[in-house]
Amino acid sequence: MYDIRELYQQLIIDHSKNPKNFTVLKDANRSAEGDNPLCGDKVTIYLKLEDDVIRDISFQGSGCAISKASTSIMTTRLKGKTVEEFQTFFNIFHQMVTTGKTDSIVLGKLAALSGVHQYPVRVKCATLAWHTVKNALEDGAKKIATTE
Amino acid sequence: MQLNFTWVCYNRKRLKTVKNSVKNKSNFIDVEKVRRDFPLLMNHYNGKPIAFLDNAATTQKPQVVLDKLNEFYTQYNANVHRAIYSIGEKATQEYEDARKKVANFINAPDPSTIVFTRGATEAINLVAYAWGRHNLSPGDEILITEMEHHSNIIPWQLAVKDTGATLRYIPLHLPVDGTLDLHSLEVNLTNRTKLVAIVHQSNVFGTINPVKKIIKAAQSVGALVLLDSAQSVPHSKVDVQALDCDFLVFSGHKMMGPSGVGVLYAKETLLNSMEPFMGGGEMISTVSMDYSTWNDIPWKFEAGTPNIAQAIGLGAAVDYLNELNMESIHAYEKELMNYASDMLKNMPRVTIYGNAPKRGAIIIFNVEGIHPHDLAQILDQDGIAVRAGHHCAQPIMERLNVAATTRASFYVYNTKDEIDRLGEGIEKAINLLC
Ligand SMILES: Cc1ncc(COP(=O)(O)O)c(C=O)c1O
Repeated sequence: MYDIRELYQQLIIDHSKNPKNFTVLKDANRSAEGDNPLCGDKVTIYLKLEDDVIRDISFQGSGCAISKASTSIMTTRLKGKTVEEFQTFFNIFHQMVTTGKTDSIVLGKLAALSGVHQYPVRVKCATLAWHTVKNALEDGAKKIATTE
Repeated sequence: MQLNFTWVCYNRKRLKTVKNSVKNKSNFIDVEKVRRDFPLLMNHYNGKPIAFLDNAATTQKPQVVLDKLNEFYTQYNANVHRAIYSIGEKATQEYEDARKKVANFINAPDPSTIVFTRGATEAINLVAYAWGRHNLSPGDEILITEMEHHSNIIPWQLAVKDTGATLRYIPLHLPVDGTLDLHSLEVNLTNRTKLVAIVHQSNVFGTINPVKKIIKAAQSVGALVLLDSAQSVPHSKVDVQALDCDFLVFSGHKMMGPSGVGVLYAKETLLNSMEPFMGGGEMISTVSMDYSTWNDIPWKFEAGTPNIAQAIGLGAAVDYLNELNMESIHAYEKELMNYASDMLKNMPRVTIYGNAPKRGAIIIFNVEGIHPHDLAQILDQDGIAVRAGHHCAQPIMERLNVAATTRASFYVYNTKDEIDRLGEGIEKAINLLC
């Protein structure tokens, strides 16, 4: 039997209770809203993008522990990264939460979310913010992201 | 030493079993006996016996219903109303017997007023198309409520889009207590109102709406009334003649029957005057190249090969419910509900939404600091199935100003012990996440 504590690791609980970068970014030049209508999760991502580098990133919104922690850890991981690096992270992260295959060197603390792959309905919770960042990067306009 | 320890464990377990059977005892229902009729409830999930507390979504099936499906497929599987051979006749007879059972169950005046559909949703859509599209025009109004399941909102949004009629809502009472603001009925109910479509028992708050009063009021302005009884017919005695409603819908799967069958009851004169819903075989009387005439009711509304096995299975479910007795079921569920709401009321961090004076065995709540999805996930680990989300009633969530809630909904096979397990699970989630 899969232990629920594998999903709700201390790191995830900590980030969900005290999320990092949980604020409105004053000098953001990109933002996007993401919405998971099934469970009512909502997230707004703020980005400060300069020459294809994510100089700063923050978020606001409400959601379950998984989505909040995923978003919080993601923001810490993306600061200072290029758009191309984001795309690589996204692909590896997505693969991890759907298959359990982890590349912890690339993902760092995000690897704590690998337990999600045991719970297919929760994949959307973990990936909502990522889809939203992708939308914010793609055209910068305020746009609602939908998850797969 | 080892033996002794095993003995103590065994005895403790036995003691708990004995205690449970005392705790679970009721004057209305022998729940231990009832549970043995439901094979799924005997299973273990995640190593724990399942506590199925999502009965507003769907219900488990007693062995007699499963046997009936098996009997149909192994003994008289044939199409209905057309075969000249004996198993076809037997299938037709069983299918029409099921219709009679359903008619008796809700005290319909005649089996011809019972149309088998795919579920409550299809039944509402049937009315929205076969009645709505032919009887609504600009200036007409349909009155629904903010308490509706999406299945009693969207068909009317579509109907007013096609006909130019207007959709109006009876609001929830504010602050939200799970009841409707019935004062607004006077304002909203006018001679422009052609139909009042209203949920009989809310799938969110469990509120049993004062439908008799609403039907009287609607009749006084000449409006028809549709009752969405998906949550009431499975749990209490419903009498369509006493209510004097024009349409009433429900789903078989929410009352121990198979999925894929539901019911539309409508007054005979209405069914006769309505246009068909779907076209095809079975619903016609004569067909020529450019002109056809319709079959008699109810078959006029049952185009194509119907859900024969499911309808027959629903008949078996009705027999089973009658045997348990609807009044006893209702009384027992009231006990469960009181037990659950007393427990949840006294738990720290728990907020219950809605406390209507008359309500069925449905309770929604939130635990401060825990998202319903996380709570449901943690409960699932202990074999406890509850619903987390918006319960197909987003307008209510909007009024409550919450994105989601957790819902526990009970049926006659649930026990107080399962409710205790729910309480322990919530405590566990609080310890883990807060
Ligand atoms: C009050 C109410 N109405 C209608 C429905 C729709 O039933 P079905 O999905 O079986 O058509 C439901 C099911 O959740 C319900 O609770």
